[in-house]
Amino acid sequence: MSVLEVIAAGPLTSVQDIGRFGAQRYGLTPSGAMDRLSLTAANALVGHPLSAPAIEIGPIKAVFVARGGPLCAALTGALRFARIGDKPCPLYRTFMLRDGETLTLDAARKGMFSYLAIAGELKGEAMFGSFSVNARAGLGSPYPRPLQSGDRLTYGNVASLPDRTMPPPVFGEGAIRVVPGPQYDEFGKSTELFFNSPWQISPASDRMGYRLEGPSLTHAGNFNIVSDGTVDGSIQVAGGQPIVLMKDRGTTGGYPKIATIISADLGRFAQTRPRHTLRFAEIDVAAAQQEARAFHTLLQSLPERIRNA
Amino acid sequence: MLRSDPLASSTPLDECLGESSLANKALDAISPSRHRLSMNSQPSKPSKPRVLACGDTALAVEFGTNMEADSNRRVFALDRALKNMPVEGITETVPTYRSLLIHYDPLRLGFSELSDRLLALLDRPDTTERPSRHWRVPVAYGGAFGLDLDAVAKAHGMSPDELIRRHSAPRYEVAMIGFTPGFSYLRGLDSAIATPRRPQPRMSTPAGTISIGGVQAALQCLAGPSGWHLLGRTPVRTFDPRRDPVFLIEPGDTVTFTQIGPVEFERLERLAERGEAVAELTT
Repeated sequence: MSVLEVIAAGPLTSVQDIGRFGAQRYGLTPSGAMDRLSLTAANALVGHPLSAPAIEIGPIKAVFVARGGPLCAALTGALRFARIGDKPCPLYRTFMLRDGETLTLDAARKGMFSYLAIAGELKGEAMFGSFSVNARAGLGSPYPRPLQSGDRLTYGNVASLPDRTMPPPVFGEGAIRVVPGPQYDEFGKSTELFFNSPWQISPASDRMGYRLEGPSLTHAGNFNIVSDGTVDGSIQVAGGQPIVLMKDRGTTGGYPKIATIISADLGRFAQTRPRHTLRFAEIDVAAAQQEARAFHTLLQSLPERIRNA
Repeated sequence: MLRSDPLASSTPLDECLGESSLANKALDAISPSRHRLSMNSQPSKPSKPRVLACGDTALAVEFGTNMEADSNRRVFALDRALKNMPVEGITETVPTYRSLLIHYDPLRLGFSELSDRLLALLDRPDTTERPSRHWRVPVAYGGAFGLDLDAVAKAHGMSPDELIRRHSAPRYEVAMIGFTPGFSYLRGLDSAIATPRRPQPRMSTPAGTISIGGVQAALQCLAGPSGWHLLGRTPVRTFDPRRDPVFLIEPGDTVTFTQIGPVEFERLERLAERGEAVAELTT
């Protein structure tokens, strides 16, 4: 048994796997990793099932220390400087954190979220098949809330890993692709404005939703609809400004939704930093589902990309 | 800069997203103006359902755009039909007032294939049996339990007792559960006590809050923001991750409220704390 103790963690740092499903009809949102590709890469590197929990670390500096024994781990996702003690810690490469050594992640330089996977069995209890933290619902394990200084994550069956590396999987580039709807028709001429304008992500964004700053959109019903269901990536428009619903979204909402970010692009969007400019491009459902299949193939292929360093 | 609050993701929607009206709106299924529209308009003929893409992993079958009971019942009929005859690739369904959201796996099921199957299913008569699960939910009204009871009664020119009588008389239908775990939107409020939502939402309302907003009533489980009027509190926990069943109430169930006093509230709350339902289920 070894322990990873949290010395410092900014906000937006929590245990996440692929999320919990099956209870959205009761108002329980799935939660799960904001960037599935980077979670999968971290799990692949340490030999875990690809859907296993890891520590999702937000863009602010974070510090951890190993207690009671060594830990083998891998760090993926956001581009940032990381150190083991005072030595550089590589990204997308397995490393060992010896008993008492600290792992320091500086603030992210590119991207928002890092994923730290520790080889071994995280002690805790899955709820609806998931360790993912959903603080509002009081769910998540071993802590039903974001990580704080002093938290201790215990790992059993701690494995020693060979020095292995993976070329970081490359995110697509260019516009974030969306499928119009479900209330696209109610936005009239604003749909052109939506697709032709640059958008910036507001700093007032989190795991529930990313606010977008840009031109003001108009809606035939003055932004009111009878509540209906939401999905990850729903772009709802409230008072003219779009909000992209993310992993901790409410399961229903009373704002119209102009479009939905395709599942293959949602992780790339989640990694986009505040003040960064982006655009949206329209894609039809059939093409989006082809992208979903290609994305699934990419996720499944990550273990094959691993090489001995 | 990002928020430095370490509990950012545990704070309510409005605070996280920095706009208080958001939570109000998220809790309010419909605008005050539409309340009136839907209250005054005659029920229209059933419209043809629309299938709307919600990205590449979900679609909505929409039966209407308002809060008419007919749309809601058609939502539940389709939900039951899919439960009786599962379609391979559908991962979960979310019934709402006027549409059924269907999550599915695009690796196993394409949008057009699923749409065709749903439209074929909708062409068949509804032969599913409506379950009749009814809950009697105890509520302590007024005072510290329901901060807005007196003001709402006054606004309608009635006594608090008359408001309680009118609120606890109807047999409500659970039109949908959403927003937060166990938050039950109830259809069937006495129109004489329909009340436009508060201009300023409260940042926090207690667990078990019983409230009304517009033409709707609600039974909320977790503490959270609300722009609705607080009439009382129930010790019933519609969501309790430590209890079996975790979720008490199903979308489509019916609910009536029974008035209890503060002493009974305390007693039932202690039982609920130990995992008892404290709501009475009849079928």
